[in-house]
Amino acid sequence: MALLERHRWITLTVMAALLILPPIFLWTGNEFYLLLATRLVILGIAATSLNLVLGYGGMISFGHAAYIGIGAYAVGIPVYHQTYGGFGFIASYSGAFHILLAVLVSALFALITGAISLRTKGVYFIMITMAFAQMAFYFFLSIDEYGGDDGLVIDIRSALPVGNLDDPLQLFLISYAALVAAMLLVRMIVNSRFGMVLQGAKGNNERLVTLGYNTYLYRLTAYVISGAMCGFAGALLGNFTTFISPEMMGWSRSGELMFMVILGGTATTLGPVLGSAVFILLEEFLSGITVFWHLPFGLMLIGVVLFARGGLMGIVQRRRG
Amino acid sequence: MAALLEIDGLSKKFGGIRATDDVNLTIEKGHFHAIIGPNGAGKTTLIAQLAGSLQPDRGTIRLNGRDITAKPAHARARLGITRSFQITSLVMDLSVLDNVALAIQARQGHSFRMIRAARKIDDLRGQARAVLAQVGLAGRAGAAARALSHGEHRVLEIAISLATGAPLVLLDEPMAGLGPQESARIVAFLKSLKGQRTILLIEHDMDAVFALADRISVLVYGRIIATGPPEEIRANDAVRHAYLGEEE
Repeated sequence: MALLERHRWITLTVMAALLILPPIFLWTGNEFYLLLATRLVILGIAATSLNLVLGYGGMISFGHAAYIGIGAYAVGIPVYHQTYGGFGFIASYSGAFHILLAVLVSALFALITGAISLRTKGVYFIMITMAFAQMAFYFFLSIDEYGGDDGLVIDIRSALPVGNLDDPLQLFLISYAALVAAMLLVRMIVNSRFGMVLQGAKGNNERLVTLGYNTYLYRLTAYVISGAMCGFAGALLGNFTTFISPEMMGWSRSGELMFMVILGGTATTLGPVLGSAVFILLEEFLSGITVFWHLPFGLMLIGVVLFARGGLMGIVQRRRG
Repeated sequence: MAALLEIDGLSKKFGGIRATDDVNLTIEKGHFHAIIGPNGAGKTTLIAQLAGSLQPDRGTIRLNGRDITAKPAHARARLGITRSFQITSLVMDLSVLDNVALAIQARQGHSFRMIRAARKIDDLRGQARAVLAQVGLAGRAGAAARALSHGEHRVLEIAISLATGAPLVLLDEPMAGLGPQESARIVAFLKSLKGQRTILLIEHDMDAVFALADRISVLVYGRIIATGPPEEIRANDAVRHAYLGEEE
């Protein structure tokens, strides 16, 4: 119990700091750090969605960046057509439309690819999710209309009924609220009866099947929810970067998302956010020191994975224990 | 009495080995039916086919007259057959209570419910606690399943199978690896279930088998060589020769 309390305390502290510090940076003239925090928060949503399947469901998806790309293109493509004409049925500046499109297309992509991928296990699952994501990558790469591998500039951000995404502070606050909602949603799902089945199937699939659960359907449902959430994060990221290119959905991006989850601690509420925070800050800090920043960065990540089982949240737990 | 499970001409080959060789068996509702046989006789293979984790090459399995041969394992559990495992099979990362609650949840229908916190549903937790109290594990409810002793694991393994509410429970060597005292406790517990459930028991502990079973079938090299009440089996020459004789 004391451990749980400590967990909650740390979560609240980190989340409070994440809310308070960025505006302070903005008001003291360091807008750059606000932008950094916005990126961190948006990737935190993506990592949180990945944690639902990877952490709680034991499904090691190596293709989650595809949903980020789908979500961002779900903003970029309607805006492109609204600005330059063509494809009237999809042309729109409406944020509600963008988000709906991002979530629906992501859910559909997750449903189709998940239905196939989840027939496999272990390393095959990893490979097949990656292969599907690469298919999405090459799909967008091949469409010249949307810039091919040069990417697509998103001229105008999504129009929301309240708030203005052109204002960096508002974009940050909206993203932050979305992150909190995503964390609460995942927490609710994993603690529900559905979530218990999901976690049970991760621990011992045969036992759950013997009890009468069609674990495949539970996994697939979680996979679709996760994909939809990650697509939503992609729509936010598109609004943040005002640019989308296939590179944002490449397999190395999927790997980064995995790292964030594992670095922070799988199957914890704060872990993915903590992981994305440390990831983004280290990337920023190290790349400022040396152009070869990937080397110390990689070593640190290996160190955490080897010596801190359970990620950063695991360290917190052990210090207590 | 009505037949709950009817097995007809069930066969399974692994390469050249007939693991299950034309098995015909009827299990009456409410009976405690034991299957005995030497190691490698194909007892666990038979259970796996009944529970649905292994598909037979030939033959049919009927539950309450309904052909379930083609049904996957999860569907069979829903229809009323579940099994325990010879090698303890629990969700080790979850608590003892969580493990039982998952079985209760399964009994209550589908679990595509995502709003309420499962651990705060009093009805679910209460029923799970009652099951644990019944098997003497109430004090261990909050422990992680992996923290239990071997004896406690075996008890929990049985408790979970029973908690699903399945009318037919297949118990695969529930006493495996237990000392005499622990075995006696489980035998007493299983005895208390007599008449409430139909149980198919595989067990090496002959004292337990003869204490519990209404009927015994003897499986040797995948074939059933005899089926009958305990005293008949004890007196059967072929059985003594094939199996009982070797032990004594």
